[in-house]
Amino acid sequence: MSVTKETKEISTDQVNAQTIALIGNPNAGKTTIFNALTGSRQHVGNWPGVTVEKKEGRLLADSKVHVIDLPGTYSLGAYSEDELIARNYILFENPDVVLDIIDSANIRRNLYLTVQLLEMNTNIVLALNMLDEAEAKGIEIDENTLAKILNVPVIKTIGTKNQGIEKLISSSIQALGQSREPLTVDYGQEIEDEILVLQKAITEHGELAQRYYPRWLAVKILEGEDVILNDIQKYPNIQTIFTLREKAVQHLNQVFAEDIQTIIIEKRYGLIEGVVKQTVKQKKDVQASVSLSDKIDNVVLNKTLGIPIFLLTMWAIFKFTFVIGDPLIGYVEMLFEWFGGIVGAMISNELLASLIVDGIIGGLGSIFVFIPPIFTLFFAISLLEDSGYMSRVAYIVDKFMRSLGLHGKSFIPLLIGFGCNVPAIMATRTLENKKDRMVTILVNPFMSCAARLPVYVLFAGALFPDNAGTVIFSLYILGIVMAIIMAKIFKKFLFPGEAAPFVMELPPYRVPTLKGMLIHMWEKGSSFVRKAGTIIFAVVVLIWVLATLPWGVEYASQDSFIGMFGSAISPVFAPLGFGSWEASAALIFGLLAKEVIVGTLGVIYGVGEEGLAVTITQMWTPLAAYSFMVLTLLYVPCVATIGAIKRETNSWKWTGFTIGYTLALGWIVAFIVYQGGTLLGLG
Amino acid sequence: MKVQPLSFLEPGSQAKIKDIIGGKGINTKLAEMGFVSGSILDVLRNDGTGPMVVAVMDSRVAIGRGMAQKIMAEKTT
Repeated sequence: MSVTKETKEISTDQVNAQTIALIGNPNAGKTTIFNALTGSRQHVGNWPGVTVEKKEGRLLADSKVHVIDLPGTYSLGAYSEDELIARNYILFENPDVVLDIIDSANIRRNLYLTVQLLEMNTNIVLALNMLDEAEAKGIEIDENTLAKILNVPVIKTIGTKNQGIEKLISSSIQALGQSREPLTVDYGQEIEDEILVLQKAITEHGELAQRYYPRWLAVKILEGEDVILNDIQKYPNIQTIFTLREKAVQHLNQVFAEDIQTIIIEKRYGLIEGVVKQTVKQKKDVQASVSLSDKIDNVVLNKTLGIPIFLLTMWAIFKFTFVIGDPLIGYVEMLFEWFGGIVGAMISNELLASLIVDGIIGGLGSIFVFIPPIFTLFFAISLLEDSGYMSRVAYIVDKFMRSLGLHGKSFIPLLIGFGCNVPAIMATRTLENKKDRMVTILVNPFMSCAARLPVYVLFAGALFPDNAGTVIFSLYILGIVMAIIMAKIFKKFLFPGEAAPFVMELPPYRVPTLKGMLIHMWEKGSSFVRKAGTIIFAVVVLIWVLATLPWGVEYASQDSFIGMFGSAISPVFAPLGFGSWEASAALIFGLLAKEVIVGTLGVIYGVGEEGLAVTITQMWTPLAAYSFMVLTLLYVPCVATIGAIKRETNSWKWTGFTIGYTLALGWIVAFIVYQGGTLLGLG
Repeated sequence: MKVQPLSFLEPGSQAKIKDIIGGKGINTKLAEMGFVSGSILDVLRNDGTGPMVVAVMDSRVAIGRGMAQKIMAEKTT
C-alpha cells in the first residue's frame, strides 16, 4: 500500500499526535471495521452501549496512527453517558480524522450523527457500510454526489466481507492533517440571526472560543442543553452570553409555535431529507416491506408465543452454562489443588508454604474458578446479542419490568445474576438512566448465583434429603421476591422518578460468527479477571493473614484471628439458629466466594468436604440449616461482586450501602425464618 | 385526517408524525431515533399493552406505550 507518501508531509511536526476516531450508530458495523483497521480483538455487538469503554488500537497500515473506537451512539446530544463520552472526546481531544461509519440500509437516521459531526467542525471520512444489506433492500446510494454535497470523502464498504477497507484506510490517512470547510445547516433566517449574534459574542469572549467551536456552541446555547449551559457558567464574564440567550429565546418563542430545540432538530432532518433525495434511490415502500427479520419477529414477538420462546431460550442458556461450565469448574479446582500440593511439598518453611499455597494459590484459584461460568455465560450472551435477539428480550419483558418500576433492559442483568453477579453488574451498563441502573445494581446480589448452589446442595442434601430440590428452588424464589421488594422500595425512596422511556432499535437478525462471539466472550471475561481479580486477590490475602495470625496457631482454627473474630460475632447469629464460631467463620470466608463456605466448614470441622454431610446432619437442625441458607443467599455479596459494584457505581458510598443493607436484610429474614419456624414447632 | 396518539394506530397502518409532546430529554432521544415531525411511521406491532414496534427511517424500533401516547400522528393509510 502506498500510504507513506501522504503521511510524510504531515508527520514532521506531529509525529505521534495522529489519531483516527471511529464513530457510528449502534449496529452500524463499527467494531468490525475497527478490527479490520487495527487487527485488534474486539467485540462485535448489537446491544446499544456495549462498548462503553474507549478502545484504542494502532492502524495496521501505519502504526504511528492511533485508532480510537468511540461508543456506538445515535447522536451527539447529552442524553446518555455514551453520547457524552463520544462528544467530549471529539470536542476536547481533537482527533485528526473522525471516521463515521454509516449503516447504508438506514441512511437517514445515520446521517443525523453525521450532520452533528459536521456542525462540530470535525474532519470526517464517511464509510457507507453494510452496503450489501442496503442493496438487498433495494437502496442505491450515489456516493460521489454525497461526497460533493457534504464535502467529505465517502467510501463504500462491507465490513463483514472486508470490502472497501483498503480504500477507507488510504482515504483516512490522506485526510490526516487536512481541514475542510464544513457544511453548515441552514436553520432559517430567524434562528441564523440569533446564532450569528451568539457566535460573535463567543468569539469575542476568547476563552470559550478556545474550548468550543463557536458556531456549534451558539447552536447548543440556543437549544438550551443543560450540560453545555452548566459548563459555560464556570467562565468569567459569561453573563453577556446568558443575557443574549434569554433575548434570543424570547424572540424565537414569539416567532415559532414549537420550542426552539424541536425546530433545530427538524432543520437537521430537513437537510438530511434534501441530501437523501439527491443521492439515494430506493423503492417507495422500502420501510414497510416485510423482510425475513420481520417474519422472525412475527413469531418471536408474538403475543402468545413470545414469552414461551423467551423462557425456553433462557432455560437453554442455563442448561448450556451448567453443562459446559460446571465440569470445568471442577477441573479448575483440581488444577489449583494439585498445583498447591506440589508447591506446598517443595517449600519447607511452613508459614511461607501456607502463604503461597493457602493464600496466593488458593486466592488465584478462587478467581480462576469463576472463569468457566463467566466465559460460558458470556458466550451464550454474545450469541443472543450478536444475533439480535437480546433487544427483543427487552421488548418482551418491558411491561413486566415496568410494573416493578424498572426498565425492560434491567432484565438481562438480573438474569445474568443467576450465573454470576459480577458480569451481571457489568451488564447494567446498557441502562441509560442512572436511577434504573443503580436499582438494578443494588438488587442484583439477590439473584442467586451459581456459587451459592454448592452451599444449598450441601445443606439441603444433608438435612432435607427427601425435598432437597424443593428447598433449593424455594431459595431462588426467595431471592427473586427480595429483589422485587427491594427494587420497589429503592425506586420509591432512593431513586424516585419514572423509569427511562423505552425506545430501542430492533436490529435486523444476523447470523453471528463464531469468531465474533469468541472475541466478545474473551473481551468481557478477561476484563473481569483483570479488574475484579485484583480486588479479590487483595481480600484473599488479607483473609489468609487473619487466618494465620497470631503466630503459631493452626490455620483457620479457633485461636486464629478469624476464629477469634468468628467467636466474637457468633452471638449475633445465635438468634438465627447457628451461634457456633464455625458457622460465623465460614460466613466470613464466604465473602471470598459463597461456595468457599462449603470448603471452610470442611476444614474447620476437620472432616473434609466428603464427610461434611454426615457432620452437618449431626450438628445442625433442619430449621437452622434453612436459616443459614437464607443468610447465605442474602448476606453481603462476595468480594468480586463488591468489586464490580464499586467499579460500576464508582461510589464507595453505594458499595458500603449494599454491604450494609444486604447484611441487615439477610439477618432479618433469617431471624424471621428461624424464630417463626421455632414458634410453629418446626425447630 | 385526524391526528391521534401513535398508540391508537393498528398494525399495518402508516402515519406521519405531527407533533411530539414531551420534555426536552425525551424529545432529543426520540429525535435521534428518527421520530421527528414529518417522519413517516409504519406500525408493525401493537398489542394494546406493552411496547409497540414501528418502522421509522428504514429501521425497526420498539417504543414504550408511554412514549407512543406522546407522539401525535396523522394516519395516512
